[in-house]
Amino acid sequence: MKTRLIFTCTAIAASAFVLSGQQPRSEISGHIVNGEKPKIAVIDFRGSGDAQKFMDPFNKTLWDELQGSGALNMIAKSLYPLTVPQVPGDFKAPTTIAPLRRGEAPRAQNNGPWLTDWSGPPVTANYLAFGYTGAQGGQLVLYGWLYNLAQPDPATAQLIGKLYYGSLDADGAKKVAREFAADILQQFGAKSLDGTKIYFVSDRTGAKEIWSMDYDGSNQRAITQYHSVSSMPAVSADGKLVAFTTYALGNPKIMIYSTETMKRVPFYNPVSSAVETPEFTPDGQRLMFATSLEGWVQICIADVNGGNMRRISHVRAIEVSPKVNPKNPSQVVFISGRGGSEQLWRMNIDGGDLAQLTDGDGYVANPAWSPNGQFVAFAWTKGYEPGNYNIFIMDVSKPHEPNQLTKGSGRNENPWFAPDGVHMVFSRKTGTKTQLFTMTADGQNVQQLTTQGNNIQPVWAKGLN
Amino acid sequence: MRLNQRTLGAAVFTMALLVSAAGCGHKKPPVAPPPPPAPAPESAPTTPAAKPSAPRINTFTAEPRSIERGQSATLRWSVANATDISIDQNLGAVQANGNRQVFPSNTTSYTLTARSAGGSDTRSVTVEVSSPPAPPPPAPPPPTVSGSDMLNREAQDAYFDYDKSEVRDDGRTALTHDADLLKRIFAADPNFSVVIEGHCDERGSAEYNLGLGDRRATSAKEFLVQLGVPAARISTISYGKDRPVCTDANEECYQRNRRAHLAAAK
Repeated sequence: MKTRLIFTCTAIAASAFVLSGQQPRSEISGHIVNGEKPKIAVIDFRGSGDAQKFMDPFNKTLWDELQGSGALNMIAKSLYPLTVPQVPGDFKAPTTIAPLRRGEAPRAQNNGPWLTDWSGPPVTANYLAFGYTGAQGGQLVLYGWLYNLAQPDPATAQLIGKLYYGSLDADGAKKVAREFAADILQQFGAKSLDGTKIYFVSDRTGAKEIWSMDYDGSNQRAITQYHSVSSMPAVSADGKLVAFTTYALGNPKIMIYSTETMKRVPFYNPVSSAVETPEFTPDGQRLMFATSLEGWVQICIADVNGGNMRRISHVRAIEVSPKVNPKNPSQVVFISGRGGSEQLWRMNIDGGDLAQLTDGDGYVANPAWSPNGQFVAFAWTKGYEPGNYNIFIMDVSKPHEPNQLTKGSGRNENPWFAPDGVHMVFSRKTGTKTQLFTMTADGQNVQQLTTQGNNIQPVWAKGLN
Repeated sequence: MRLNQRTLGAAVFTMALLVSAAGCGHKKPPVAPPPPPAPAPESAPTTPAAKPSAPRINTFTAEPRSIERGQSATLRWSVANATDISIDQNLGAVQANGNRQVFPSNTTSYTLTARSAGGSDTRSVTVEVSSPPAPPPPAPPPPTVSGSDMLNREAQDAYFDYDKSEVRDDGRTALTHDADLLKRIFAADPNFSVVIEGHCDERGSAEYNLGLGDRRATSAKEFLVQLGVPAARISTISYGKDRPVCTDANEECYQRNRRAHLAAAK
């Protein structure tokens, strides 16, 4: 059962790659479609002169970026040959020498590093990343290569051979490592997360405010300082607007900020006892949200400035969290209590073609689309007591086959896909504290991003370039 | 008080009636007025006294000598042999023996002057006036308890079942009590209005809980309106699970948080 689940999840992650819009090379997609991650060996890079001082952060960053992508099977360094290449010229083809005795097969004699040192056991890698750095003119220069080890010789094996430039310090070393990693990942159809932002809610100052950080947890900073309750951020597809709910003015209201100027842009709110769960349509022209109408919180849509508000649901049930399919803007998933307990539902953006996607068990919350519009991740108490949510993922065309990604490690909520379609960020409450974590969409590679206060409701947005 | 005045007035009127009635009953001829006094002789002194005597101020006092502003003092005097007696400070001519109440606002000297053909005499007295202590602070607002105080002290929360917004039996009791309270508050303060807050325990999702808190506030409002509390003076707001009264992970705390709470609207 566990094996099958992992296989299915890997296939889901793999499909996410294939459908993410950037088609990988056919030979590489072969690995992925077969459910196998490409195996890569990454040498420890060394630096000449002053560059050597920054090789620890460089090597750690390069390894973490590649491993964290979830797209590659990283071969442990302990298995590598003792002699590692640093430049293509280090590869020396083995020569064939005559057998010592007649009747024996000719023997191969190693003259230096060769591709088969890496493709054969015990390494058995498909790819090799190598190179070195140097200090040149006050800059850090990286010479990075990626070889396909299935090729017979270095001339045909080279996929990447490139120079990267950074400042001669640890930050510069991390920068060139990330850029090299991004180029490697692009070979496998995986997108780099460099530059992406995570918006979230933190109470570390004593009140719930909207915060942002880089995708790896660095650069955490507050966007709002209302000393009230501000929550439920949503970001437009272009990353330029962030909307959220706030009680800063007494009655609940949606506010929208420009992420470029960090200033408010106008949004006209209904006066209501509840205004919540904003969601930009993929074209950024309209905003869906939920607000109390005739005694029930219902799903609405309005222009992005709040004008032309229109009610979509007309039911005596609570309906919240509308999420528009990024690839099919007429399709919406949302949470509805119309069947009793709150469940995941799907509808057209005009309210028609309703379908319940989860089976009615437990309580469902926080739906979030994969960037390719095929999967929805959500939190569900299925199999657990009320409040004990776990993260699930579902192919919306196969609603009867949800996969559970977290298993009982505290309260797991608020899943959100990274722009690469491979990673997710989510919140996990263990004990009394809730923190944000990332994982790959198969539930692996869990890493903690936050430590201060409680942190919830992450939204992973593309960066501004 | 007004009743007493009216009673008093009626009594006086009745007495006046009785008096005039008595007068009517025993009519007598009017008494003739006394004859005018004989005119003073035109010719001057009948007695060739050498000189008329000089006036003499026997006493001129102020009692008390010092007052606070707004209080009064009494001037008393006794003068002999004067034909023309006056006090300055606009008190004017006075009799030979008399008293006068004065209300000086500042320390004031009063000078009594007595004159006659034989001469004059003056005497002064000073009334010291001191400022009274600072006025007391204005009276506090009437000791009626404010509507929000009454609400804070007496209103009862209505509690709900998990994931439910129907008013339970204990909630009906609480809200019936609250309806009476609100009617009293509204009667005393025509500008008062109330907001019903809907709250949830921490187990549901933040998003759904805002909807559930809204339902609970709405259910409580509808119940109060059925009991005759004017709907126009009740608003609702949902705080979901963002304002818990406790944070323990047990049913007792969960129950305390699943509530509709009444507060004064701002």
